[in-house]
Parts: sequence; structure tokens; C-alpha cells
Amino acid sequence: MQLVLEKRAERSNTIALVSPLIAIGLTVVTMSILFAILGKNPVSALIVYFIDPLTDAYSLQEIAVKASPLVMIAIGLSLCYLANAWNIGAEGQFLIGAVAGSWLAVKTQGTDAGLWVLPAMLLLGAAAGALYALIPAICKVRFGASEILTSLMLVYVADLLLDYLVRGPWRDPAGFNFPTTAEFDPVATVPVLIEGGRLHLGAVITLLVVAAAAVLLGRTIKGFEIRVVGAAPRAARFGGFNANQLTLLTFAVSGALAGLAGIIEVAGPVGHLQPGISPGYGFTAIIVAFLGRLNPIGILIAGLFLALTFIGGEQAQIAMKIPLDVTKVFQGILLFYVLACDSLILYRFRLIFASRQVSSGTG
Amino acid sequence: MRKRFLAAAAALLLGGSFTSGASAADKLKVGFIYLGPVGDLGWTYQHELARQALVKEFGDKIETTFLENVPEGPDAERAIEQLVRAGNKLIFTTSFGYMDPTLKVAKKYPNVHFEHCSGYKRDKNMSTYSARWYQGRYIQGQIAAKMSKAGVLGYIGSFPIPEVVSGINSTMIGAQTINPNIKVKIIWVNSWFDPGKEADAAKALLDQGADIIMQHTDSPAPMQVASERGKFAFGQDSEMIKFGPKAQLTSILDTWAPYYIARVKAEMTGTWKEEDTWGGLDSKMFAMAPYTNMPDEVKKMAEDTQAALAAGKLQPFKCPIVDQDGKTVPCEGGDHLADGQVLGMKFYVKGIDDKIPGGK
Repeated sequence: MQLVLEKRAERSNTIALVSPLIAIGLTVVTMSILFAILGKNPVSALIVYFIDPLTDAYSLQEIAVKASPLVMIAIGLSLCYLANAWNIGAEGQFLIGAVAGSWLAVKTQGTDAGLWVLPAMLLLGAAAGALYALIPAICKVRFGASEILTSLMLVYVADLLLDYLVRGPWRDPAGFNFPTTAEFDPVATVPVLIEGGRLHLGAVITLLVVAAAAVLLGRTIKGFEIRVVGAAPRAARFGGFNANQLTLLTFAVSGALAGLAGIIEVAGPVGHLQPGISPGYGFTAIIVAFLGRLNPIGILIAGLFLALTFIGGEQAQIAMKIPLDVTKVFQGILLFYVLACDSLILYRFRLIFASRQVSSGTG
Repeated sequence: MRKRFLAAAAALLLGGSFTSGASAADKLKVGFIYLGPVGDLGWTYQHELARQALVKEFGDKIETTFLENVPEGPDAERAIEQLVRAGNKLIFTTSFGYMDPTLKVAKKYPNVHFEHCSGYKRDKNMSTYSARWYQGRYIQGQIAAKMSKAGVLGYIGSFPIPEVVSGINSTMIGAQTINPNIKVKIIWVNSWFDPGKEADAAKALLDQGADIIMQHTDSPAPMQVASERGKFAFGQDSEMIKFGPKAQLTSILDTWAPYYIARVKAEMTGTWKEEDTWGGLDSKMFAMAPYTNMPDEVKKMAEDTQAALAAGKLQPFKCPIVDQDGKTVPCEGGDHLADGQVLGMKFYVKGIDDKIPGGK
């Protein structure tokens, strides 16, 4: 008797809906066992992780703050990935966007520049992110260079450029030579939505981006083109779609969104430019994009869910003294199950009995 | 039967909530934000040791909580605020990058007291504390100059911030008292903890002719490289002798426990107030690991220097201080540089043939 994984004749839509639930169920079971081994009450641990953060306004705000950049970047990446263009360098585009927007904030610091500063910063951030993303895209289209490698390598270039700027020319003159710019002026800061909280305008912009992406993919020819080029390149060529042009476009859009997320993060929650403004947003967003199945609404949910595990993980450290490593194991197990269960959409398990195996002759 | 059960349950509930309520009111909650994992070595581990010392000292009069591996970016403010919301009344944020987030949270919660390590911004409810590690580096410079046959020191820097720059300067000033022609080669690894890069840097420095390895980074990798090559090295933050039993000369040990205990006491007695503490060998904000792998006369010299530094008889940055371009640095602290000049140091002293990255 043997258990084999067999390709389905067509993708199962039922499983597509149920698989995230199976994944969460399996995660809950596995984590309960782990919590029990650690001597923690599994039920209260799961409540601290999943329920508590959803029950007070403060934690909800923080989930939105954490999820905003992830979702915004992931939306851009999903367009790339749908079109079969592999942008791995969103982290770099995020940093370049932050740098470009900060340039204006630093230049106007202490002047009586008006309310135009912040919108201009956001535009600069998006433009710089787009231009930066076009470098690997052009290298791919023009020279056939692997965009996976070039976009990834440009992350380090962006990181070092930011590092140079805050240690050198843009360093806060009153900052004892420490690597940071001075705090941005109020006109160069993303406004907070609720007094006393951290929820900022970026969350609203993120929702608009999600809505725009949903319309683009669901209702426009461009969206159709993106899907076709990714799913069936030959058919796309026959249909007269230009794959190269689309690579450039999706890279530019995803770079712009990553850059916008970068400048919003710097002008919002951080308040100044410094090294380490991104705890790996550009890379985590890749996970968010796939967790959300490259679908705008799915990405929104995935981003919020991932943010929930971050906030819940912190509260578990505080309330139950559960080590951070357990939170990381938790996130890892969850992703593992989600991806594993997704394979059930295209495949199914089948039991093969010994006699049939012999007669079919496969092994 | 059922009634009795209910009564018992109610008693249990009431009793339970009553005792927990009472102890929560009595207990002072103290929170910590850590940069790295707790681990068993290095910067965060030394803070964790001090937290454990607090628990030992105060027992169940306090309750401590820490959040580890908190990045110095947008997440820090949330982590600190989470500790406040969990009822912590005294919160130690143990890395420079938490300065602005700590300040933001401090302004929001005026009734909670904050202690920020190694920064310069303070508020009514936010103190800062740090250690004069440069004193230890002066001792290390003297030892290094005595022990080096080549007269070339290899220095692994993390980031060119004033603390690290002043450490290099203090090392060289100490070394020059022994050997005026001493040379130093510096490699920046742009990280506080990166065993791979640190090991590469140590190898490169040894290949370039240095025969003593000094580090302002956290991992024991440079010590291991020096040990493999049969050279000497100095540890950092923690005792690293087990990584180089024949290599470690000494190590600067972060010892936060006395300060933490004093601050918790102040909080308990209601005498906590905003302060800027920059303690040296005298106040035991740091200590030197045993002087090992050196002749007795070098050890004696090191101990004498340490005693003189602790007594305030010796100032590493005693005027005149000449920078690498030969210009005399203004002397703003009487007979030595003022604290502000050391805290914001952005020049190399004479004898260092290198340039500060991003400087000038």
C-alpha cells in the first residue's frame, strides 16, 4: 500500500477556498502541542496570539501600521509575479524611495516651506522607486540579464547609499555624529489619523492601492494582459501582447509602490532617515504576496494576518514569557502549512494498493 | 452538593482574583527592550545578566519582562509602548537606536520612567546611562603596545560613531605611551554582530602585518581567528576567554547590574529622577576581565593603569590632544577634553594613518 500525490485533472476550487482553513487548523494543532511541551497553556497562548490583539483599538491600529508597508509592496510584487517578472529587490526600492523623499525633507528642514512638502516627498519616493526598479527590468529586456539577481544585488547598493548619506552629508548636525538625519519638520511628516495613536495616512493610501489593483486586474485589458503574459507567454505573443513592455511596466509600478511605502514609513512612524528603517519589509512582502495568492484582497488579508502574528508574538512575550523564537517557529509553521495545503489545489492524495502498483508497473 | 461546588468555585475565583490583585499592586513591573537575542554572549546578554541580578536582588517584589530582537526601526516604538501598556513602570531600552522611539513613548506616558542606554536625548521621565569604555581601551592600548612585536595593531570597528572613534583614539593614546611609533590598521564591518565579516576582517588585519586583534564588535569570531593564528586579541562586552584560552589578553565587560539595582531602588522609594549617568571604572559601569597570557610586568602595568583611571588620577584624553592633521584640539574640560567632546568625537588623534568613513 502506498500513498502518492497525484495531479488533478483540473484545479479544485473547493480546496482553494478550504486550504487556508486547513492550514490554520493544522498550525493551531501543532502549536498547541508545542505550547504544551513548553509548559504553557495552549488555549490561553492562542488567545494571546490571535484574539487579544483584535480586541482593543490600540493593537488594531498597530496591526494596520505594521501591515501597511507589507501590503503596499506586496501588491506591486504580485503584478510582477503575475506577469512572470521576478522582482526580488523591493527592499532596495523601498530604501531608495525613502532616501529620495527624505532628500526634500532634509533640504527644506527649518525653512518655511508649506504644505506641498509631504505630497512632493511621496511623489519623489514613488518616482525614485520606479526608476530604481527599471534598472534590472531594462537589463533583462535589453541584455537578458536575470532580473532575480540584479534586483537582489541592487538592495545592497541602496542600503549602502542610505548608510553613506546619514553618516555623511545628511547627518543631523546636532546629533553627536550619530548616523541619523534630524527629525523631519511637521510639514514633512505623514499625518496621524487618530490623536495619540500611530495609525497614519499611509494605511488609507494602502487601501486605495489595494482597490486600484483589484480594478486593474479584474476589469481592465492591461490586467488581462498581465495575466496572459504570465500564464501563457506563447498565447500572449499570438495575441500581440508585448512581454518586454509589460516587464518594464510591472517593474516600474512595483518599484513605485515599494518606494512610496519607504517614504511613508520614514516620514510616518520613524520620523527621520536612519539605517535600519526596514526590518526586511521588501522580503517579507514576497511572502505576503504569495500567501495572498497574488490576489489584491488576498494580499490585504495576508498582510493583516502576518502583522497580527507580529503583534501577538510581542504580547505573548510580555504576557506569557513565551520566547521570540517560538513566534518565529509559529510563523514558519504557518507558512509551511499554507504552502503545503496549496499543493492540494492542483494535486490530490491517493492510496495505491500493492497489487495495483505491481500491475501498473510504476515505482 | 452542587451549591457547595458553586460556593467553592466562587471562593476560588474571588480568592484568586483578590491575591493576584494585591500582588500586582505591590510588585514593581520593570521592562527591557533588547537589540539581540538573549543568547549567552555579547551586548544583549550582558543586559540580560543585569536583569537576572535584579530578580535575584528584589525577588518577588518586582516582575521583569523583556522583548528580545527588537529592530531599531519602526517596530521599536510599538515594542516599548507594549511594555507600557502591560503595566511596566520602569523601562530600560538598551540600544542607541531606541533613542527617538523611547522619547516619543516617554512624552506620551509621563507617569512611566524610562532609561535609555547610550543616547543623548532626555526628558523629565527619561534618563540616559552609558559607560566610559574608552578608559578600558586606554589600558588595552598599553597592553597591546607591550605585547606587539610588529608594532602594528589590528582594529575591527563596527560603525564610525563617536563611541567607537573615541575608543580607537583612546587605544592609540594609551599605546603611544609605550611605543610612540605604534601603528593601527582599522577595518569597518558595518555591523555590531556579524561573525563572518568579523572573522574576515581579523584575517585581513593579520595578513596586513598586525599581530594584535582588537574589536568593537560583539562576536567571538576575531578572538577565534587570533587564537588559530597564535596571535593575541582582546574580547568585547563579555568574557571571551573560552574562545581563545591562549589568545585573550583581557576583555571589557559590561556590568550593568549595580546601576540597574540602584535605579530600581530609586523607583521603589519614589526618588527616581531624570539623570545622565556616564560611569567609568570608579562606578563599576564596566569591568576588565582578568589580565591573562601576558608577562607579570605587563599585568602589573595594566593593573596600575586601571587603578589610576579608577581613582581619576589618569585621564586618557589629557590635554594637549593633537588630531591626525597636527592641529591641537581645544581643551574644554580643564586639563582634559570635556565629556561633550568625547561623546561627539569625530576626529582621529595623531598617529592614526586612516580616515573616518563619511567624516569630513
